[in-house]
Amino acid sequence: MEQVIELLSLSPPGWGGNLLRGLVHSLEIALGAFGFGLLIGLGGAYGKLYGGPVLRDLLAVYTTVVRAVPELVLILILYYVGTDLINKASEAMGYGRVEISGVAAGIWVLGIVQGAYATEILRGAIKAIPIGQLEAARAFGMPPLKMLRRVTIPAMMSFAIPGLANLWLIATKDTALLAVVGFNELTLETRQAAASTRAYFTFFLAAGALYLMVTLLSGRIFARIEKWARKGQPSHRRAKA
Amino acid sequence: MTAKTAADSVRPAAEPADEAIRVVDLHKSFGNLEVLKGVSLTASKGDVVTLIGGSGSGKSTCLRCINFLENPTSGRIVIGGEEIAIRADGTPASRKQIERIRSRLGMVFQAFNLWTHRTLLENVTEVPIHVLGVPKDEAHDRAMALLERVGLAGKADTYPSFLSGGQQQRAAIARALAIDPSVMLFDEPTSALDPELVGEVLSVIRDLAAEGRTMLLVTHEMKFAREVSNHVIYLSEGRIEEEGPPEQVFGTPQSDRLKQFLKSVA
Repeated sequence: MEQVIELLSLSPPGWGGNLLRGLVHSLEIALGAFGFGLLIGLGGAYGKLYGGPVLRDLLAVYTTVVRAVPELVLILILYYVGTDLINKASEAMGYGRVEISGVAAGIWVLGIVQGAYATEILRGAIKAIPIGQLEAARAFGMPPLKMLRRVTIPAMMSFAIPGLANLWLIATKDTALLAVVGFNELTLETRQAAASTRAYFTFFLAAGALYLMVTLLSGRIFARIEKWARKGQPSHRRAKA
Repeated sequence: MTAKTAADSVRPAAEPADEAIRVVDLHKSFGNLEVLKGVSLTASKGDVVTLIGGSGSGKSTCLRCINFLENPTSGRIVIGGEEIAIRADGTPASRKQIERIRSRLGMVFQAFNLWTHRTLLENVTEVPIHVLGVPKDEAHDRAMALLERVGLAGKADTYPSFLSGGQQQRAAIARALAIDPSVMLFDEPTSALDPELVGEVLSVIRDLAAEGRTMLLVTHEMKFAREVSNHVIYLSEGRIEEEGPPEQVFGTPQSDRLKQFLKSVA
């Protein structure tokens, strides 16, 4: 037991500090990717619902391909192709190769994956809004962007939250896949700590506990958001069979 | 107070300055189904014009074309002397223009369509604050006065889902009044209500008519239509079959279809 505490202590020779740094990196990427994915998702949902045939087809290809290919493969493709393209463009413009930050690359790669799922979640949520509420906004001369902000987003929230909460948890865990491209998030830090000390069980158990804590905390936060988003709606508990 | 078909015009045309709404030769098709086959009507300021007719006669569609919730297939719509510019495909040519005109037309829907994520007070202040740019305090005070007027001051902080249909519809009327509309558009405002709740909504509308609000009303309440309107239009299969003052339309109907219709709803 003493040995375990020593291994996990925050300052060297303990590896606890490394694990926490990895966790912070994981959360940074997860938050960034989730936010980026929401933006893509909102644009994608609007495009699918209201766009022209070409845009709708392009979006259908995007959501189908991204949701069909295993995330690990996508991450490898997007990471290497993405950095390669940026470097080629940079060299063509005469700037030479650029250093791409791991956080930015991670957010970009996971954001594109998240965006595909978010597109479908938000499309469904928008379609669940009673059409009359959108019609009322239109009938009173509300401009489209204001309608999005004042009516569509708040009205769809309660339908979108459960799906988005799932998506967020997937984002936190997908950061672990970034270990394959050498990004020092929680899983990679854990592997390094475990390999250096041969205490595999201890460190992976600790990492698991950290992921679990993130999930528990996220559940609390999303429960609050959902309660807020459902304001004005009668409780479903009263209508149970 | 004029409403006429293009061909037959016995009544004098409205003075342009007094004209609130003019609809000229309105056509609307959904796919192959032609719902409106050339409807023309005019309402002057202070008029209460009522559209009656059976289900599928096109009366709701006609109302919804006026603020372009439906895009007309052809025809002209003039609101307060300003003609709405239309593209060849029937959509409004200028978003700015249609938004400005819509924000002066107070629409009341059959299904109330209040925003369920906002309280009654927020529903009433939403358009004045966020579309018309009225200062918050002013919009708030006016909204409270309007809620008071429709008998809902005590429910200002309640969400719509917790209210009866009649209460929701009265709040929806307050929301429409909050923009100080040049014309109120009522699309079957009592059709979704339980019979015992119809009266409270009609009495609010009756007060508005009495104070000289310009209104275009689609309704199935014949007794009410006779009482509040100064012009009644009977639509049948997308055409104006008969129109005139309420005493004439309800008292001495000419066409067989109207006679039949009045008998069926009596």
